[in-house]
Amino acid sequence: MSPHQFDIQLVAVIVAASCAIPGAFLVLRRMSMMTDAISHSILLGIILAFFLVKDLSSPILIVGAAASGVLAISLIEAVNRARLVKKDASIGIVFPFLFSVAVILLSKYARNVHIDTHSVLLGEIAFAPFNRLILSGMDLGPKSVYVMGSILLLNLLFISLFYKELKVSTFDESFASSIGFRPRLIHYLLMAVVSLTCVGAFDAVGSILVIALIVIPPCCAYLLTDSLFRMILLSVVFGISAAVSGFWVANWLDVNIAGSMAFVCGVFFLVVFLLAPQRGLFGIMREKRRQRMDFAEASLLVSLYNQEIGETVKNHPDSRGMFRSADFASKVVEFLKRKGEIAVAGGKLFLTEKGRERARMTVEGR
Amino acid sequence: MLEFAVELFSDYTARTILLGAASLGIVSGVVGSYAVLRKQSLVGDVMSHAALPGIVLAFLIMGVKEQLPIFIGAALSAVLAVFLINLITSNSRVKTDSAMGMALSVFFGLGLVLLTYAQKMPDANQAGLDKFLFGQAEALVGKDVLVIGVTGLFALLVVGLFWKEFKLLCFDPDFGGTMGFSMKSLDLLVTAVIVSAIVIGLQTVGVVLMSSMLIAPAVAARQWTGGMGSMVILAALIAAVSGVTGVALSAGLENVPTGPAVIVCVSVIAFFSVLFSPNGFFTLRFKDARSRREIKKDYVLKALHDLALEHDDPGYAHSEKLLALGSEKGFNVRKSLLQLQEAGHVERAGEENWRLTPSGIREIRKLSPVGSNG
Repeated sequence: MSPHQFDIQLVAVIVAASCAIPGAFLVLRRMSMMTDAISHSILLGIILAFFLVKDLSSPILIVGAAASGVLAISLIEAVNRARLVKKDASIGIVFPFLFSVAVILLSKYARNVHIDTHSVLLGEIAFAPFNRLILSGMDLGPKSVYVMGSILLLNLLFISLFYKELKVSTFDESFASSIGFRPRLIHYLLMAVVSLTCVGAFDAVGSILVIALIVIPPCCAYLLTDSLFRMILLSVVFGISAAVSGFWVANWLDVNIAGSMAFVCGVFFLVVFLLAPQRGLFGIMREKRRQRMDFAEASLLVSLYNQEIGETVKNHPDSRGMFRSADFASKVVEFLKRKGEIAVAGGKLFLTEKGRERARMTVEGR
Repeated sequence: MLEFAVELFSDYTARTILLGAASLGIVSGVVGSYAVLRKQSLVGDVMSHAALPGIVLAFLIMGVKEQLPIFIGAALSAVLAVFLINLITSNSRVKTDSAMGMALSVFFGLGLVLLTYAQKMPDANQAGLDKFLFGQAEALVGKDVLVIGVTGLFALLVVGLFWKEFKLLCFDPDFGGTMGFSMKSLDLLVTAVIVSAIVIGLQTVGVVLMSSMLIAPAVAARQWTGGMGSMVILAALIAAVSGVTGVALSAGLENVPTGPAVIVCVSVIAFFSVLFSPNGFFTLRFKDARSRREIKKDYVLKALHDLALEHDDPGYAHSEKLLALGSEKGFNVRKSLLQLQEAGHVERAGEENWRLTPSGIREIRKLSPVGSNG
């Protein structure tokens, strides 16, 4: 690994971690598509601020552009207040407009400068190592490590200061306001943090793929844990691993790094979605199959039990007839025989003592 | 400007491009109405972004920039994204918004990966593939417009044939289900129609902004009308006008990509409608202010009348301060009195005193039921 490659990965890791932290709350608050709106809208802020300060990594630019994200959110909420515009439509008309204005300004007035329409979509993390912070002749590493590092610290500070408020207002907004937490304020603070993160990440991954880093790692974590704290932690772990492996995939195929990171995020989610122990697709299917078998076993035992105590079910002189197919019936019988709950003699089924006990418990509802 | 317009309409190439833009507008206006009414605006956004890998894959497989394979590739990958969203939301606790965010960013990411991969290929054929990102109407030729027209006609035909059924799907799917219509297949059909609209917008508007071409015209039209038919027609009109204007602007001004130009046009119309239509933001504010003013005036008139009745003389004058006593804080009694004076309902009796005029007494009769004291 060359120092150049190390620098790129360092930036990617910091970006991924800073995105995953507010992302966990966005996913839980069902506001993932707000990221889409914010990440598109900040472009206008970035460009206007860039015209003013002429430096992409200046703090003024970052704060100004972040403000434009919050402004876009307020604009969406204002449009939403018009009686005939639904929430999704107000998101859908505000950000493409702001984004279009930005792209026009960019292609018309900012040609051949540091940003162009390609870097907007693709990000240019590959160039991150070239822009270095040099203080009194000393090379302190890539500038973006410091910019993004400060944003990461700020995000950490934000969630540790407001952890309780965020948690309560995320899960029970009315309770939060009844105990004086001001959920609106928390909402806007979170939006400000997301905007700031998007602006910081813009340089590295562009304005669309940042959505992947914000939304997907928390979704993976969401399927693995019920604890908020663990979810945030896991999100960061997933984000960082996707960033690093995305880099190596891009390196191997010689393709765009940001796109490859987004794709790897998607692969991570697919794996978690299929294999998560309790909430994964396979796990759910296994659980469903287990329940179906459990129910079939109990039904057969109860039917035999009823015959024993004299309540013969007329429709099914042979209890096996209750199942949809003979195949399934013999499977159930086989399972029960293996458990020692029934015995077969002369083609007829009999309950063993163990089976009788289970049937009685089922009937009596215990 | 006029010269430019004349030139634009007389030139064959320009006419082809404008025709393409107009038909794209009509189709996306009509189809977008369904996306907006079904609260699926953001699904359109996801589908248009998700079309990118399909476009590039179609190119990589076919090796040429033929329109039909690209259309098919785009449509397939957009539909796959919607399928995955449904799969994820119905089989896990991940909510729709997160599933959409994931589908959008992963497909778009994959599209960019493939795009950078295709751009490394030695032959120059792939040049212009990235025009699908922000659209470039100048590249449209007669054949493209033909494909746009045929696909668009297909979409419009489906909408026309299933007009009643789609209406049910938008407004009362449960009722539609009890009527024996398969809402699931109708849902698929609407998705197919939306996908075909997205696909034909790829060259002109591009994948990044195509969703707005669906949403904004429908939102604008919805502000002006409540009828389904009139909304669809108005949306088509708005989208066609914006399409043509945007394309003309992008051709006339240097270095302005077509997609953003079209979207700025259509968004301006949408925002104007949201603000100033009869149900718009400002109109409602204005109506509110007017009705508040009327209520205040009525209140003052009635208070004056009630006070006067205590003296058994409807024309008895009272001071402004007395009137202000019974009213809420911050209520400018004088302003209402002056407005009433202008209408001839009250007149001054001295510096601070006011009395009802005969016209004011008649006005009071109109306000309160006959015979009651109020």
